[in-house]
Amino acid sequence: MADLAPPMPGMVEDLRRRFFASSLQSLISLLCLGVIAFLGWKLLDWALFSAVFGTAGGAEACQAAGGACWSVIAARWRIILFGLYPYEEQWRSALACAVVVAMTVLSCIPAFWTGRRIAAIWLAGTSAFYILMKGGVLGLSHVGEEMWGGLALTLFIFVATCLIGFPLAIVLALLRRSELPWISSTTGLIIDAVRSLPLISILFTFAIVLPFALPHWLQGDKLYRVIVGSALFFSAYQAEIVRGGMQGVPHGQEEAAMALGLGYWHRISRILLPQAMRNALPATINQFVIAFKETSLVVIVGFFEILASGNAAYGTGEWRFAYVEVYTFIAFIYFIFVFSLSRYGAFLERRMSVGER
Amino acid sequence: MGSLLRNQKARNAVLQVLYVGTLGSLVLAGFLIARQNLAAQGITSGFDFLLKPTGWEVTFSLLPASPTDPYWWYFLIGIINTLFLGSFGLVSATLVGAVVGLARTSSNDLARLLGRSYVDVFRNIPLILQVFFWNAVITHLPSPRSAHEAWGFVLTSRGVYTPSLNVHGLALLGAAVALVAAIALPIWVGKTSRFGKTPDQRRSIQLAAAAATLACAVLILSFGRLPDTPLLNLPALKGLNLQGGLRIPPEFTALVVAIAIYGGSYIAEIVRGGFNAVSKGQVEAANSLGLTPWQVFSRIRLPLALRAMLPILANQYIWLMKATTLGIAVGFADFFMIVALTINHSGQTIEAIGILMAGFLVINLSLAAVFNRINKAIALKGNQLRG
Repeated sequence: MADLAPPMPGMVEDLRRRFFASSLQSLISLLCLGVIAFLGWKLLDWALFSAVFGTAGGAEACQAAGGACWSVIAARWRIILFGLYPYEEQWRSALACAVVVAMTVLSCIPAFWTGRRIAAIWLAGTSAFYILMKGGVLGLSHVGEEMWGGLALTLFIFVATCLIGFPLAIVLALLRRSELPWISSTTGLIIDAVRSLPLISILFTFAIVLPFALPHWLQGDKLYRVIVGSALFFSAYQAEIVRGGMQGVPHGQEEAAMALGLGYWHRISRILLPQAMRNALPATINQFVIAFKETSLVVIVGFFEILASGNAAYGTGEWRFAYVEVYTFIAFIYFIFVFSLSRYGAFLERRMSVGER
Repeated sequence: MGSLLRNQKARNAVLQVLYVGTLGSLVLAGFLIARQNLAAQGITSGFDFLLKPTGWEVTFSLLPASPTDPYWWYFLIGIINTLFLGSFGLVSATLVGAVVGLARTSSNDLARLLGRSYVDVFRNIPLILQVFFWNAVITHLPSPRSAHEAWGFVLTSRGVYTPSLNVHGLALLGAAVALVAAIALPIWVGKTSRFGKTPDQRRSIQLAAAAATLACAVLILSFGRLPDTPLLNLPALKGLNLQGGLRIPPEFTALVVAIAIYGGSYIAEIVRGGFNAVSKGQVEAANSLGLTPWQVFSRIRLPLALRAMLPILANQYIWLMKATTLGIAVGFADFFMIVALTINHSGQTIEAIGILMAGFLVINLSLAAVFNRINKAIALKGNQLRG
């Protein structure tokens, strides 16, 4: 039988069709090619070819070179990653960060997606993190919260925010869709008020203003107040996402559960929430990504998290000129965490839309 | 009592009263404790402090400000600064987002690659880090004596200097309003049917309106000119510092650049989503009618995409408006920084936080109202809705 398919275009023809179909297309292609080549070459040259890596030459040799001065990272990486944490104990801080990463990776695996397993992983991970960082038991020396810093502090604020904020979000969402008008409208008022405020103002209120409004025995450490504030902010946004997920569950599901005689808690925990969480999953991952980026705001209320420790790493002494390298390094760390999380979110969205088709 | 609890109506009422009562009493208790604590420090509650002089300087202000001015004036300055920074940030972020978003929806693979890398890089780095970065870049620029200069613009560690006009501030504002009117009036004339039916009849009115408003702008400027000075005020080196011209402070530049780049990456995704939402059939129909590519873009794809984007864009704008509070990180006197400084200096904690909340509520609600209005105005009317 004769081959009826049109002949495949050759490589040159294919390139011509894709990039040089018209004069305008050619212009755009050439322009983009120029920008990519220029930026790519400049970046590679700066970051690799003309860069100084070792600390051997000191700051002067580094400043004289044309490219990036990665020596500042080699010299100061401990400050950036661990802050003021005692030097001999910094392995604990590193291990604690590894625990958080392992915990996040585990909770991304669908096999662990039942309420009980997720809760178990997060509680175990957070307690391991807390014990490693704070010490005082198991032969680890005690390190107070005021010494915590760098990446470990960033991760701790993120994890604690999610751990408090997520259950709170579910509670708020349930209260908002309550059939009792006073309860739903009061909760709605709280959620909307929190959502209309900038996060910084909430952090500021919890860190600096709240001690005035609390009795002494309730004040706690500034770190925990800020975590509660950021958890409240997280939960206000997450509650709306969960509510959106609940609205996506067909009404018949709950009516069927009622007809079977299930009580309120069984209806919520066995019928409504599992389906609602599935609907809300992509938006939830997105909210986690935003929460991770927003932990960086605690630098404003005076915490020594990774951004502040980066400022300190180049702020003093001979490395004053190397701010670009330090910020690039920190941006890279954020990028790894945030980009992999958001790629994971995109993967989930694709996976779930396949199921629906 | 037991039978009362088994009655569903009674139980519901008790639950509601308990919930609202607990929350209310918590807030009330916090308020009372705060008042007591503040009174112990010699601070009386109430809004009398608004009329007292502040006693401290504000670093950036569009209005005249001095330490003898009262607090309410400083709050006003803060709100205007926030709106000023916010409007610059929104406009530049929208421009960046439109360009990158169009690149992402282009049929050219290379343009798509560039757009996608931009979004992937800048969306995944926290805004505050980008603000710190640009602030460091600008404050590490050379000093005024060895600064970069081009076309009257000077980049120095003390800020960006641009040429300015030797004109009174109010006249400048009036001229700006006239310029906006010069663009808005002809558009309005084109839309209404009050001045004749055909476009040709209206063309002359449009031209006349534009010419009149432009003449108005020139007139206002010439009246407001400061006497005995050249019209154009160029920055020039005098001693160790630059004199003349307009100085844009480093923190303002850093904030606008960071908001433009970060916000632009989010808006680019919204723009892409909007164009992807235009159904293929519409574009194919337009193509088969023989419209040119530009007509297909400007008459079919853009208007439809705009309708799909606008609600999401409004949320993004509100978010960006709230992001101006990052000013406090680099020392820009936005509304939030003024509130924080007020708390530091006067101790009027509860009142200042109340004003902060009210201010942001008003800003957010009015932005939302404006966008709802636009949304309603451009929404497809009943007979335009076809699947």
